[in-house]
Amino acid sequence: MTATAVLSPPGSPPLRVERGGGPRLLAGPRLDLDAETLDEHRQRLGRRPIGGEWLLDVVERSGLRGRGGAWFPTHRKWRGVSRLALERGPSVVVVNASEGEPLARKDVLIAEKRPHLLIDGALIAAESVGADDVVIYLSRPARRATRALRHALGERRRDGIREPRIRIVHTQHRYVAGESSAVVRRVNGGQAKPTFSPPHPSERGVLGCPTLVQNAETIAHAALIARHGDAWFRERGTDAAPGTGMVTLAGNVARPGVYEVDLGRSLVSVVGAAGGVLSAPAGLLIGGYFGTWLDAEVGAAATLCPEDVSLGCGVIGMLGKDGCGVGESARIVSYLARESAGQCGPCVYGLRAVGEAMTRLAVGDADRGDLARIHRWSEQIVGRGACNHPDGAVNNLRTALETFAADVERHVSGHACAGLGATPLPSPPRSPFGWR
Amino acid sequence: MSGSGPRLRVNPIRCDGARYCAEIVPELVGLDEWGYPIVASAPIEDPRLLRLAERAVNECPRVALQLAPIRDRGS
Repeated sequence: MTATAVLSPPGSPPLRVERGGGPRLLAGPRLDLDAETLDEHRQRLGRRPIGGEWLLDVVERSGLRGRGGAWFPTHRKWRGVSRLALERGPSVVVVNASEGEPLARKDVLIAEKRPHLLIDGALIAAESVGADDVVIYLSRPARRATRALRHALGERRRDGIREPRIRIVHTQHRYVAGESSAVVRRVNGGQAKPTFSPPHPSERGVLGCPTLVQNAETIAHAALIARHGDAWFRERGTDAAPGTGMVTLAGNVARPGVYEVDLGRSLVSVVGAAGGVLSAPAGLLIGGYFGTWLDAEVGAAATLCPEDVSLGCGVIGMLGKDGCGVGESARIVSYLARESAGQCGPCVYGLRAVGEAMTRLAVGDADRGDLARIHRWSEQIVGRGACNHPDGAVNNLRTALETFAADVERHVSGHACAGLGATPLPSPPRSPFGWR
Repeated sequence: MSGSGPRLRVNPIRCDGARYCAEIVPELVGLDEWGYPIVASAPIEDPRLLRLAERAVNECPRVALQLAPIRDRGS
């Protein structure tokens, strides 16, 4: 059992609580220090192995899944790109550390504190899928991560390591900017907005080449799997959910922040590692803004297993008894509506209408007709965007209406939220105007 | 999955709600409150509907409608 608190809310001192096996991705120097240097990294982990076809089997046996949100089996993605690279020539690897999810900070943290692990992983992945172009994709406001990676690349050059050049590409910080087709469009010089598929980026991505777009945490795990093997990876977590994972705890917990934990363990123990809840829980949101609301009882029995409930980007938002899940969901869905890329009618108009109706519901201004419209509209918009943005928002909304059915009833009878309570989830950020 | 006929598919980025498709083949295309098409997901077997679907594809002013052959969605 392991939990390592690595990031505290602004203002409080950095915090580390370790039990059992200790962190993997974030092992090494203290996290309140600067990035790990090349020397420190080498002393700790030795030189990196060279990737290649051999690694595809190892990654398959490890059971590693994509940590960007979809939890897609990593080896299948790698094999697909690798096969196309053999047929059509060199592929491209894009390490996605853009992290558009407002509450998450795990990918940026890895880039900031362990840049060499991330670079190792990117190169190993490139060798394994036949890529000759390697990109690290970052959100423009992630300045510390950019600085750490540039510095790390400089260290490697000065050390005389011969390895492919790695480009850093920046994007505006938007919710959809990390969606894989948006990533490809941005790397190709456009705006970070999703495109219609097929073709999927793995078939036709950066400059038309087969492209592997992989989340940063996943790449960092792969860098360690290549060194230590699949059996080592499976020493932690469970058979169904092997390895460790980065989760972000927010809301009604004593010490919100980013934690590296064993997958498969109980949600209660993870919350315990964050100092426990501040007040009796009313429910929780697991998987970030696209995630699933669970009531306190279901939450108490849940485990961190993607087969049971999707962990999405690893964000767990705890809601206190005085909070209102309907109000929280209304805020989140309205935010997601503003974050639409503005390309698809059902997302632009449907999501906006649903967000407005949810807000009316939260303030006690909605009648049964509004509630019926929320249900009808949300059913209609699922699957009708070019990407999963509307579907993710609907998942949040639908599970909120189910989980907090009693609150919905109160709201429909004209009672507004009693506010969002003493420990609401952090507010969604303001959306920037326009795209650049 | 049953049936082997093609099915209609909208490119939602191209589509701007011209609604021609819903007029040409209402059996397969409904509209949401904002005038954007909701297409039936079932394969089209009926030759008459298939002809109409082809016409809807050809008439779409935004070239946003496709008749997609059955294929499983890749990763």
